[in-house]
Amino acid sequence: MNRGMDSGSHPAPKTGFFPLSPEMEFGKDYFALFGLAPRFRIDEAALERAFRALQAEVHPDRYAHRPQTEQRLSMQWATRVNEAYRTLRAPLARARYLLGLRGIDIDHPAAAAVSADFLAEQMEWREALAEARGESDLAALDALRERLDGEARTLTGELARALDEAEDWNAAADAARRLMFIEKLEHDVGEAAAVLES
Amino acid sequence: MALLQISEPGLSRPPHDHRLAVGIDLGTTNSLVATVRNGVPVVLSDERGRALLPSIVNYRADGEVAVGHVAAPARATDPRNTIVSVKRFMGRGLKDVAHVETMPYDFVDAPGMVRLRTAAGVKSPVEVSAEILRVLRARAEASLGGDLAGAVITVPAYFDDAQRQATKDAGRLAGLNVLRLLNEPTAAAVAYGLDNAAEGVYAIYDLGGGTFDISILRLSRGVFEVLATSGDASLGGDDFDQRLYCWILDHAATAPLDAGDSSRLLIKAREAKEDLTQHEETAVVARLASGGTINLMLAREEFAQMTAHLIAKTLAPCRKALRDAHLRVEDIKGVVMVGGATRMPHVQQAVAEFFRQEPLNNLDPDKVVALGAAIQADVLVGNRRAEDDWLLLDVIPLSLGLETMGGLTEKVIPRNSTIPVARAQEFTTFKDGQSAMSFHVVQGERELVSDCRSLARFELRGIPPMAAGAARIRVTFQVDADGLLAVSAREMSTGIEASVIVKPSYGLSDEEIAGMLRESFEHAGEDMHRRALREQQVEAARVLDATESALREDGAMLGEAERARIEAGVASLRELSRGEDHRAIKDGIEALGAATAAFAQERMNRSIRSALAGHRLDEIEL
Repeated sequence: MNRGMDSGSHPAPKTGFFPLSPEMEFGKDYFALFGLAPRFRIDEAALERAFRALQAEVHPDRYAHRPQTEQRLSMQWATRVNEAYRTLRAPLARARYLLGLRGIDIDHPAAAAVSADFLAEQMEWREALAEARGESDLAALDALRERLDGEARTLTGELARALDEAEDWNAAADAARRLMFIEKLEHDVGEAAAVLES
Repeated sequence: MALLQISEPGLSRPPHDHRLAVGIDLGTTNSLVATVRNGVPVVLSDERGRALLPSIVNYRADGEVAVGHVAAPARATDPRNTIVSVKRFMGRGLKDVAHVETMPYDFVDAPGMVRLRTAAGVKSPVEVSAEILRVLRARAEASLGGDLAGAVITVPAYFDDAQRQATKDAGRLAGLNVLRLLNEPTAAAVAYGLDNAAEGVYAIYDLGGGTFDISILRLSRGVFEVLATSGDASLGGDDFDQRLYCWILDHAATAPLDAGDSSRLLIKAREAKEDLTQHEETAVVARLASGGTINLMLAREEFAQMTAHLIAKTLAPCRKALRDAHLRVEDIKGVVMVGGATRMPHVQQAVAEFFRQEPLNNLDPDKVVALGAAIQADVLVGNRRAEDDWLLLDVIPLSLGLETMGGLTEKVIPRNSTIPVARAQEFTTFKDGQSAMSFHVVQGERELVSDCRSLARFELRGIPPMAAGAARIRVTFQVDADGLLAVSAREMSTGIEASVIVKPSYGLSDEEIAGMLRESFEHAGEDMHRRALREQQVEAARVLDATESALREDGAMLGEAERARIEAGVASLRELSRGEDHRAIKDGIEALGAATAAFAQERMNRSIRSALAGHRLDEIEL
């Protein structure tokens, strides 16, 4: 009945996420916002210091007693600073963003091909997850998470070399897509553990 | 000064003087109000020296409303009209509320939020909560000697959008300027952290009367950063009472109880629970209206066993929060206990075992949330001194998303995102020539829409005829610093915009709130126009004050024409605010806001530049 008609007009996803970028000064890119060079290897402590210094200026808590115009501006700025920090702090998001600055969209469906080896590896991991889930084996899920963590570290190293040294964008995009898969799997392992624990 | 002439007596103080602000812990079982006095946060007591206000509201047939201690006896004598634990109904439909069958109320299953039919008419949980807030507001105004400039109201971190909106509406209805909704564990962390100069990663375990929250925060150099939060919005001390109540019924072999006896036994159950905190065993003795009597002994150990499953239900969210924060138990430096229910020895023991350390109990678990909220209110209202510069970075507890084809959830903003946060996502049409698209906004972690909480539905109409998949519809989610969501949608390829600000379908519409406000004014014999006028005058004074200080500090940044425009706006608003027309004052505030928009932007850009410059200076010094 109604339900069916409704779902007929519900949206179909088209593409990936679009971070908001209100037109503002310092809007050039997220690295410039924090006063950092646009590289994959970053000084995490410097990023955090800059983030805190900026939020200390623009956060809505600083503007709660100010006129509405300023409160609105403050929310837009704080939103942007949070988004920039989230993007640069996480290796995968940072790599995706750096490649985006070079005009490469790692989420584009046409670019999604990965190597046969990696596909085989994916299958193996997926099976391990299914098995641990099937047997309600929390220890196996923990072990799987450890392995995935190690793989993520290796891929982060590959990204650093490809982006900062070799400047091989294709190799970087490939590593980023593999890291994306690993993180998705880590997320699924976490959710499976949550289900077992509750 | 002209500013002073328009102010009410309580506000006629120099612009930079202390403004009255309070923090309110609107609890399931008890509520409190606190303020910062001479730099020290204190809980405000009633005229008899009592800090806790029982969250009990009794509606009488003569229209009188009793709140707190005076309403407590009516739990047994007039249970149907005596609302306890109303927080459990906030932003909730009837089907979402646990234990309805044992509650003595006459529920009305209204669309959206459940209502209660009382001797004084049908009441929304928002109105019931507003009665509690009104009493706390009166207590604070009497104690502080003036009108409040603003209030921070706390909510469980795990409250969803509908529950938050309902709480904010209750504040509005009670005549409060709600500066911020603050998460309860975050408020506790502020009070604890500032009191103990704590640094490091802390867990806040907050088991209240009806809600459970666990938040993991990193405290570092004046920044309180919430890393992850989890919980259960319908689990609390009440459930321990309920379990004990069922145990009493099982062991006493009574006849079916009437509503008065049920209430009486629930009170007995709560007393027994509290007694077991101090003693190894307790007696449950009650005389029933039916003539029967109950006389049972209960040992602490047996109580612990019968409620072990409830404690286990708090540990699963603890694991989840740790995992979301990418931390292990060993990383937690301290566990701060919040909420009266954490006094139960077996709760303390379970938390100590889970976190492998003795929990921290050095602040009163009933008061710590209100104290933290008061500290935050003091900052937000502008009483902050330069030396106590600290910052709160909080998160949303549950993912926000949209329904897509096949009843699946597409997450737009993941849980534990730092707020404020905005994310936009593009969608396209499914059929050729599709001219409208309906959006269903949901909150929750599950993949199926039917397992998530429905927040709102809206439609984007007027999409020009295009082939399926050609339209580009951008949907933007913005969550503000209160954790409240606004959603808008826009067709990108043609520039046709149809923005909608979403109010949760579980909340109340603006018209409903306006109606309730009118009603409450009529009841209180207050003049609605006077109130609106006073509110606009206070707001105008605030805007004038802020604009003048900006001109004093940074007037040199302005060109002559812009300065003239702003000064004209100031003069005009000052003139309007001497008048009696609250709408004209509101328009004047908006006009001045528009005139100062570019100036405000430039001032903010400058403060950002100086923040970055200062930060580089720090690096050089290191």
